[in-house]
Amino acid sequence: MVATPARTLSPPSDDKRWRQVEVRMRRLGHRPDGLIEVLHTVQELFGFLDDSALAFVSQSLSVPPSKVYGVATFYSHFMLKPQGEHTCVVCTGTACYINGAGALLAKLKERLGLEAGGTTADGKLSLLQARCLGACSMAPAVVVDGEVHGRVTPSSIAVLVEAL
Amino acid sequence: MSTIEDARAPGEGARRRPPEPLVPEGERRVSANVCQAAGCLSMQSDLVLGALRDRVEAAGLSDVAVRRVGCLGLCAAGPLVEVPELGRLFDHVQPDDGAALDSLVTTLSGGEPGGQAMAKEPFFSHQVKVVLERCGQVDPERVEDYLDAGGYEALTKTVTTMSPEEVIAEVVRSGLRGRGGAGYPTGLKWTTVAKATSHDGKFVVCNADEGDPGAFMDRSVLESCPQQVLEGMAIAGYAVGAQHGYVYVRAEYPLAVKRLNSAIRQAERSGFLGKQIAGTDFEFHVEVRIGAGAFVCGEETALLASIQGGRGTPRPRPPYPAASGLWGRPTLINNVETYANVPPVVMRGGEWYGSIGTGKSKGTKVFALAGAVVNTGLIEVPMGLSLRQIVFDIGGGLVGGKKFKAVQTGGPSGGCLPEELLDMPIDYESLAQAGSHMGSGGMIVMDESTCMVDVAKYFMDFCREESCGKCLPCRAGTVQMYGLLDKITRGRGTRHDLDTLQSLAEMVRTTSLCGLGQGAPNPVFSTLRYFRDEYLAHIDDHTCPAGACRLDGGER
Repeated sequence: MVATPARTLSPPSDDKRWRQVEVRMRRLGHRPDGLIEVLHTVQELFGFLDDSALAFVSQSLSVPPSKVYGVATFYSHFMLKPQGEHTCVVCTGTACYINGAGALLAKLKERLGLEAGGTTADGKLSLLQARCLGACSMAPAVVVDGEVHGRVTPSSIAVLVEAL
Repeated sequence: MSTIEDARAPGEGARRRPPEPLVPEGERRVSANVCQAAGCLSMQSDLVLGALRDRVEAAGLSDVAVRRVGCLGLCAAGPLVEVPELGRLFDHVQPDDGAALDSLVTTLSGGEPGGQAMAKEPFFSHQVKVVLERCGQVDPERVEDYLDAGGYEALTKTVTTMSPEEVIAEVVRSGLRGRGGAGYPTGLKWTTVAKATSHDGKFVVCNADEGDPGAFMDRSVLESCPQQVLEGMAIAGYAVGAQHGYVYVRAEYPLAVKRLNSAIRQAERSGFLGKQIAGTDFEFHVEVRIGAGAFVCGEETALLASIQGGRGTPRPRPPYPAASGLWGRPTLINNVETYANVPPVVMRGGEWYGSIGTGKSKGTKVFALAGAVVNTGLIEVPMGLSLRQIVFDIGGGLVGGKKFKAVQTGGPSGGCLPEELLDMPIDYESLAQAGSHMGSGGMIVMDESTCMVDVAKYFMDFCREESCGKCLPCRAGTVQMYGLLDKITRGRGTRHDLDTLQSLAEMVRTTSLCGLGQGAPNPVFSTLRYFRDEYLAHIDDHTCPAGACRLDGGER
């Protein structure tokens, strides 16, 4: 195989995490079809995908920037903005919806002045909305910093986010 | 409260060592199976496991194994502990609940059995387990457990004694149909891929992009018995002539991803994946691909585009993936549950499998029961059981004795079935005739406090957000339909809007490119068909009979 310029590219900064990204890309053979896998790795390590990260991935995998940007914006899992220190994900799957997920979002909006997808001004908390977490048997479900909470009520969610 | 950081961060799982069974298989008298699937884990069942193990050790019960297992089914009553040898189930076991743990230890030491007798509970006694046979019985992260339970016997039998044609014939004989929702005959699909010629290989893909809200069957199967899915894929690979497989899983299922990855590594180590499977020349490799939160990727051509690193947009078929799939090569795509059905079909024969179920819908179906029903959880029933048996016998009726209104099946492309259809048998044909479809198996029970117009709006909102935007009818049609439904739920709709809604729905159904758009109008059709009076109440009387909508123009 012909060596692509990708191998000699230098990452956006000397942050050590880029080494892990490079390892991942090497394992995938720098193949363009590894794009989503690589974006997952970058987001896991840095929390979100910024322009320099997208440009680096684009060059390393020889994928046009337009396609990288297209993929990064197509999938709702990828974040192009930094997230808050804490995250609160409200599930709005069918079971959660009919069991009051709307009331939870309304309560959070009232408390934090946040719509789903927003982050508080102090960067402390991001509010997200999930399509379905598959935790339907505990509806409505909320995930706060990775912890799943089931059968949440507007008052209990207020306590949860206030404790952060 | 609870924590599943183990599940959220796959990399960190390693510090919590997989629990070793305290007692070797032969010396085990009884076992306590503690559910460690996502539902119970979120209620601290990991701490229950530890607490119970400490107590059993302290009591000196050397012939008792306290085991980590997958989903025990009755998620509503977690954390759950089962003593399978005695057929007892302990529910709501809290790690600090001394009385419950004492009762468990008494039961395990041969005293008066506590908990409930599972044989007497309709939730368990009405079920027939084929796919879920080993869920809740084996440790999902120990291939040894799976092997003890007869795992990989089907694959070994396949590669050592059967020709690919014989395997396919057995699957055809079983009458198995695709469990992802569409119900395409599995044997026929396998035959097509097997016949396709390719000079540079074929692929086997497992669709685990369970995006339907309200569905968690695939998650539970992958969290509880990932080896069975891998075994089914390997058998499929042998049958169609593929050496490589991909499992495409949602990113929202971190625990399933972790257990699947661990299962692949262990299967490779045990010689059931990789080269020279069961000492033969057959090789089969499996890789995991993680989705990134796009519902449309459940559509097979979109899924393939996503595995290849691109935007998950569907393309017109033909060519079908069986002819031209991943990187243009013949590709077999089946759902998690379909593959999990394969080992039992091979082991016990297609005829046996075909003896379960109804005329055209053979075998069993796994459902995720959720919503306003008492026994929410994971169930597996023979095809042909009635909705009433599922909701009222297995499901235990409605929470708080409320009145049943509808059951929603098939996710955003399914429908809402009213009370008068409760005695309908659950199979592919009956559901389609009633204006819904099997879907992947999510079943959400709704009571009188749920507004059906609002439900239709909810699903339309979902489809409008998840539309990939490639084709116009779906991209714009779902937005327009959402607008009309929103108007009606705000009490500002007119009868003319209903006609517009109906004709828009017809147009989107017939002209959209893929299943997402074609199915998007289904919730509208089914609610218009069975709950038209609710639409009219919003329009004519400006009231919401369920009391769910605010008709002052504000949002719910």
